[in-house]
Amino acid sequence: MELSLATRTVAEHTVLEVGGEVDVYTAPRLRERLVELVDAGARDVVVDLAGVEFLDSTGLGVLVGAMKRLRQANGSFGLVCSKEALLKIFRITALDQVFPIYPTIEAATQDSDGRGPTP
Amino acid sequence: MATVRLSFSPAPVHVRTARLVGVAVARRAGVAEELLDEVRLAIGEACTRAVALHNQYGLPDLVTVEMSDSDSYSVRVIDHAPIEASVGLAKLPPDELADESLTDEALTTGVGFALIAGLVDDLQVRPVEDGPGTEVRMIWPVSRR
Repeated sequence: MELSLATRTVAEHTVLEVGGEVDVYTAPRLRERLVELVDAGARDVVVDLAGVEFLDSTGLGVLVGAMKRLRQANGSFGLVCSKEALLKIFRITALDQVFPIYPTIEAATQDSDGRGPTP
Repeated sequence: MATVRLSFSPAPVHVRTARLVGVAVARRAGVAEELLDEVRLAIGEACTRAVALHNQYGLPDLVTVEMSDSDSYSVRVIDHAPIEASVGLAKLPPDELADESLTDEALTTGVGFALIAGLVDDLQVRPVEDGPGTEVRMIWPVSRR
C-alpha cells in the first residue's frame, strides 16, 4: 500500500497520521512533510503509526531526524504505536529508548513534558 | 532445489518489488507464517543497503537477490560496491542514536544493520568471490508440507 499522510490538531498537538509502507522509496515524502510542519511552526508533533504496515531503517531515520529538529526548536516529538510488529523494530534498534512511544493519541497529547509514557 | 534470481537497477522503487518476491518465495518454500514479516524486513534492509552503496559510489550495476529453498530458505543479496564500504557496519548504542552530530545516512545505515542482525539468526556478510562487492546471506528454517 502507498504511503498516506494526514495532519490534524489534537489538544494543541500536531498529529501526523501515517499509513501504508514507509521505506527507502516513500520515506523522503514523510521527511518533506515533517520538515514542512516544523517550518510552518508546529512545535508539539505526534506521529501516529497506527496505519503503518511496513517501516524500515530509512523511515526510522526520518523519525529520528524530526525528533532532533524539534528538540533544537524547543518542541516535543512523540510516536503513537501499539502494533507489536513495529514495537519489535523499535526494541531491536534500541530506538524504544530514544523515542517517547505512546499506545494512544490521547496519551501522547496529554504528556505535556514529552518525556514519554510513565512505566 | 528451486532458485529464483532477481536483478534490479539500484533505485529505491525496486526494493519493494524485491521484498514482495522474497516473501512470496519464502511462503512457497515453507517458511513459517509468523516469520514472514521478519523475512520481508530483512530482505528490504539488505536491498536498501545495497542500493544506497551503489548510489554512494555512482554504480549503475544491478543489485542481485538470489533465493533458494533447498533444505532451508536462503536469500543472498549481492552488491558491487568496494568492499571497504561494508566495514564499519555496527549496531549503534541508544545514546549515539540520538546524538545531534550523527548524520541521517549514518543513522539509517547503523539502524538497518541492527535490524538485519536482530532479525536473522543465520547471517553472513562476506566479499563476493569475483570482483568488488559484498554478499549478505540470510537463512531461515522451512517446514515441509
